[in-house]
Amino acid sequence: MLRTRSRPPTTRLRPRTVVLALLVLLAAMVFALVAGSGALGWQRVLGELVAQVTGGTSPLSEREAAIVWELRAPRVLLAGLVGAALASAGAAFQGVFRNPLADPYLLGAAAGAGMAATIVVVFVPAVTGWLIGPLPLAAFAGALGGVGLSWLLGRSAGGSGTATLLLAGVAVTAFLTAIQTFVQQLNTDTIKQVYTWTLGGLNVTGWRDLWLALPYVAVAAVVLCGCARLLDVLTLGDAEAASLGIRPGRVRLVLLAAASLATAAAVAVSGLIGFVGIVVPHIVRLLAGASYRVILPLSLIGGAVFLVLADFVARTALPGELPLGVVTAFAGAPFFAVVLRTSRGRTP
Amino acid sequence: MTELRLRGVSAGYGATPVVRGVSAEVSSGGWFAIVGPNGAGKSTLLKAIAGLVPCQGRVELNGKAPSRKEKARVLGYAPQNPVLPDGLTVTDYVLLGRTPHLGLLARESAADVSIVEETLERLDLTALAGRKLRTLSGGEQQRTVLARVLAQRTSLLLLDEPTTGLDVGHAQALLERLDLLRREDGTTVVSTLHDLTFAAQYADELLLLDGGEVAASGKPAEVLTPQRLRDHYAAETEVLHTADGHPVVAPVRRPT
Repeated sequence: MLRTRSRPPTTRLRPRTVVLALLVLLAAMVFALVAGSGALGWQRVLGELVAQVTGGTSPLSEREAAIVWELRAPRVLLAGLVGAALASAGAAFQGVFRNPLADPYLLGAAAGAGMAATIVVVFVPAVTGWLIGPLPLAAFAGALGGVGLSWLLGRSAGGSGTATLLLAGVAVTAFLTAIQTFVQQLNTDTIKQVYTWTLGGLNVTGWRDLWLALPYVAVAAVVLCGCARLLDVLTLGDAEAASLGIRPGRVRLVLLAAASLATAAAVAVSGLIGFVGIVVPHIVRLLAGASYRVILPLSLIGGAVFLVLADFVARTALPGELPLGVVTAFAGAPFFAVVLRTSRGRTP
Repeated sequence: MTELRLRGVSAGYGATPVVRGVSAEVSSGGWFAIVGPNGAGKSTLLKAIAGLVPCQGRVELNGKAPSRKEKARVLGYAPQNPVLPDGLTVTDYVLLGRTPHLGLLARESAADVSIVEETLERLDLTALAGRKLRTLSGGEQQRTVLARVLAQRTSLLLLDEPTTGLDVGHAQALLERLDLLRREDGTTVVSTLHDLTFAAQYADELLLLDGGEVAASGKPAEVLTPQRLRDHYAAETEVLHTADGHPVVAPVRRPT
């Protein structure tokens, strides 16, 4: 018997969507690089870009070209990397905790990094000539330490369930924040420095920060995207996931470890930038569906686009530089509200 | 076809197990219903068979105790209140049933999608394939959960109250459909059912559980007696019979 069946509509990441998203990212980066060029003049920077691609002559002097390629370009790329890390980590956290309000700082990553950064600012004298500055190093270790502490506490309190882990995260966050506040209170002369770090920002001095963070974020991104289907299975709850042959506790550990690694790398080079980890996965979810095999890769790209543009605003909106965390919240929240309204109106 | 044998199964989380020393045999291709009053341990026993709770004793499938991975391929489980992830479509949800047949990081093949397609058709869900789970009615949701378990293509189904929340018509339709599918495929079904009349009509064998222990087992007509229902449910009932001889458990009011 002949009959035509229409294929059931599975939610998969279509190559066309990825290509489109990557083109948007490329456009955002070129825009941020060209339009954010200040005194150099955007037409001349554009000319430099065209010259690099076509091999023609650039309108920029050698010194001006160095500003573009040694300062501006790494900053734009780093913004993309940090955005990708935070957004994909946020998506993973939301999946693991089955809670749309989960963000990558939930398990003590922010508190750990904040405490470690404060201690370094207060007690470690400024040094030069280190391969890696003590502040990023401390923030990285602090973020991973905070999450690790939450995990150990959650496990010792019993079960691999998410509720216990969440409460452990709350306890660890409160404890580490208390230490940070205490250290801070004893050394009020450094408050401004710590506060500035807390608000997040990308004050890069070249390509080094990018190369420092890239390996961690890359490994985490591969792991997270590779586990996306397992994350979908986890949303069925532990009993059903186990009946499908998955070990929920183990999958959670792998996902949280990868997401926290990405978060720690991001925090180390950019401080605490909020909102990216929540708003980007949500926008992706509302636009592209609820399957994590779509949400995770698109959050990766969407987070990069979002933070590249946010950093552009932070650099150019006012004569001085705005804290990046302020921009992400200020620009992200209304945009999020609009997306939320229109999508809720559309779907039943 | 799968034959299931339980030998002295005790299960539960705390120091005192919820289910104690249950032994039973489920013949291949049969429908075995676990009944009993609230809190008797029906769901826990089902989870123990599925390997989802700590458990002592032996659960044997075709004569041997399967590993965790083997279980997922021969044994499909649907809980009483399944989580239906918000925003997922019917197709995506049913596709998750193919998980045990995939490598850890593999993607579904065209064959997996075909199985899902066929399963949706068998359960009359094709028209709903692209719908979000939360937009379905209660009956449609139960059918979708059944589709996910059937897409797992296992020879044994463990269904915890598959008719929860359904009115008599929808419950009947679901059980009829399930009965038809299991006969076509030769699947063994083990289910908990709180409705004793339905249990008597669809199951070949009943296991009456009370306080975590087996109170009675056998053919529905043998297990369901007014005396047993009084002893274990504290219920006054009359056991009537339908025209074709199935027992009907009817509650009666005590004379005042």
